[in-house]
Amino acid sequence: MPAPIDEATVRHIAHLARLKLSDDEVHRYTQQLVAILEYVQQLNRLNVDGVEPTAHALPIVNVLRPDEPREPLGAEKALANAPQKAAGFFALPKVLDQEGA
Amino acid sequence: MSNLTIRPIIGMETHVQLATRTKMFCGCPVEFGAEPNSRVCPVCLGLPGALPVINRRAVDLAIRMGLALNCRIATFSKWDRKSYYYPDLPKNYQISQYDLPIAAEGHFELPPRDAGEPRRVRIRRAHLEEDAGKNLHEGLDHTRVDLNRAGTPLLEIVTEPDLASADEAFAFASELQRLAVWLGVSEGVMQKGQMRFEPNVNVAITFGGVEYRTPIAEIKNLNSFRAIRNAIAYEIDRQVGEWRRDHDYTLEKCGKLNLGWDDDRGVTEFQRSKEEAHDYRYFPDPDLVPVTISAEQIDAIRSEIGELPLARQERLRMQLALTDVDAATLTADRATSDLLAAAIAVGGDPKTLCKQFISFWSAQANARSTTIAGLGVSAPRLAELANLTRDGTISATAAATVAQKMLDVPAAPREIAAAAGLLQVRDEAATREWVEQAVAANPQAVRDAKENPRKRQAAAGFLRGQVMKISGGKANPKLVGELIERRLAEP
Ligand SMILES: [Zn+2]
Repeated sequence: MPAPIDEATVRHIAHLARLKLSDDEVHRYTQQLVAILEYVQQLNRLNVDGVEPTAHALPIVNVLRPDEPREPLGAEKALANAPQKAAGFFALPKVLDQEGA
Repeated sequence: MSNLTIRPIIGMETHVQLATRTKMFCGCPVEFGAEPNSRVCPVCLGLPGALPVINRRAVDLAIRMGLALNCRIATFSKWDRKSYYYPDLPKNYQISQYDLPIAAEGHFELPPRDAGEPRRVRIRRAHLEEDAGKNLHEGLDHTRVDLNRAGTPLLEIVTEPDLASADEAFAFASELQRLAVWLGVSEGVMQKGQMRFEPNVNVAITFGGVEYRTPIAEIKNLNSFRAIRNAIAYEIDRQVGEWRRDHDYTLEKCGKLNLGWDDDRGVTEFQRSKEEAHDYRYFPDPDLVPVTISAEQIDAIRSEIGELPLARQERLRMQLALTDVDAATLTADRATSDLLAAAIAVGGDPKTLCKQFISFWSAQANARSTTIAGLGVSAPRLAELANLTRDGTISATAAATVAQKMLDVPAAPREIAAAAGLLQVRDEAATREWVEQAVAANPQAVRDAKENPRKRQAAAGFLRGQVMKISGGKANPKLVGELIERRLAEP
């Protein structure tokens, strides 16, 4: 049984997604998320003893493609919907560097 | 302080960029240095509704590397989303493999150092994932994002903490790079970030019968072997120093740290801490179905692997009585090592070939920023040049000159040597004539050789050198030696 969703959890998740929520929104989303989880938790009533855990909802495996290049979009199209751009790059407010991967 | 022992504990995470033509989950070409955001599509831009499809070649290369690292290859492998929010990650999650990596539980044996035992480094896991894009902020008041790199296939290889020193970590990283390039798994170009290393470092300190462990520091994103060695050595000293000042500087009390390495100043620096693993909210990616790998598929890939670089290095060292360093040079890259084998197979003298590979052929390759194989000289021509030298048809010095010309002219080495007047003359009459000229021009040396036993050897050597010079390098040194001895024996 996962820990119930409370306002602190919602604030934490919002921070991870870099979302700024008002107190009112935090309150509202907490109620909504609690309701969603309760609904999904109906599944816990099923007896799954002896059922193999699945990694995917579809009964298929091995959808792969050959390593053959396809025409990319190109910079102009790629940037067409960008709210801001500079010198062929997506431009955004300055962030502190922190490597991903 | 008495009775203090220090034992560094080091593990390594390595991101290896796989040598595919296209990205991990889309057909965009992988290309370093292309125009920003020109190698992107809806999949790697993370546009709504775009669906990833797995690159088969990336899976095959991952299996190949896994097998070479003695890993167990997963018969069933799946894909997970690792969520974090950063501008170079357009989907706000990275597709990775969490609990079912493609390869696990392997090991890699490092060659012994200074007549010690070989060191076994256990491989915990190797999993496939996609690279992020690149953020640029240097000298700007905003951040720029280039997504050409986003979606590039990476194999992340994670060791157990089995490395015991900065030097050992250096050796492991460079051997891993040689192996990846040898197998064609990666181009392994450090300057292009195709191999990136993140060592985990802490120290077990035993003092007064108690063992203390310093906090584990993860040093992010090192992309040179020198930086690996320097950063780890610095970090070991730093942690021991901190502990000496405060015995509470321990893993228990301070936890783990993320550090960056400042190469210019030669120091590690604290970085903003990342989300903990549970904050990555890993869950199975519903867009990608699992991959199953059959025993036949694994066998087929295993059969392509062949002899590994360290094994070949050891075999050459034994068979040709080479030094460790020379054997390593001759197995630095697979194509060159195969070329040497081919030149020996067509009858080239192995000893002379090795000598010429290590001396002027590698100098020529370095001068052109390529490998010996990259020079494009065929095995039969390499073999012929080696045999001309061994037979004394040309001198060792002349061989280097012929080699240089062989890069420009397709003719046979013997013809090149002949055209350049570099064939040695075994003609006794001509050689005797050169000896007489040398004797006539150097009466003092002749007197020394004849009358002063202590100067005899040096004087004879001087005369031999004069004869070679007069002949323009064409005289056969052995014949010259014989004729000079005969001449000096005359009254
Ligand atoms: Zn793409």
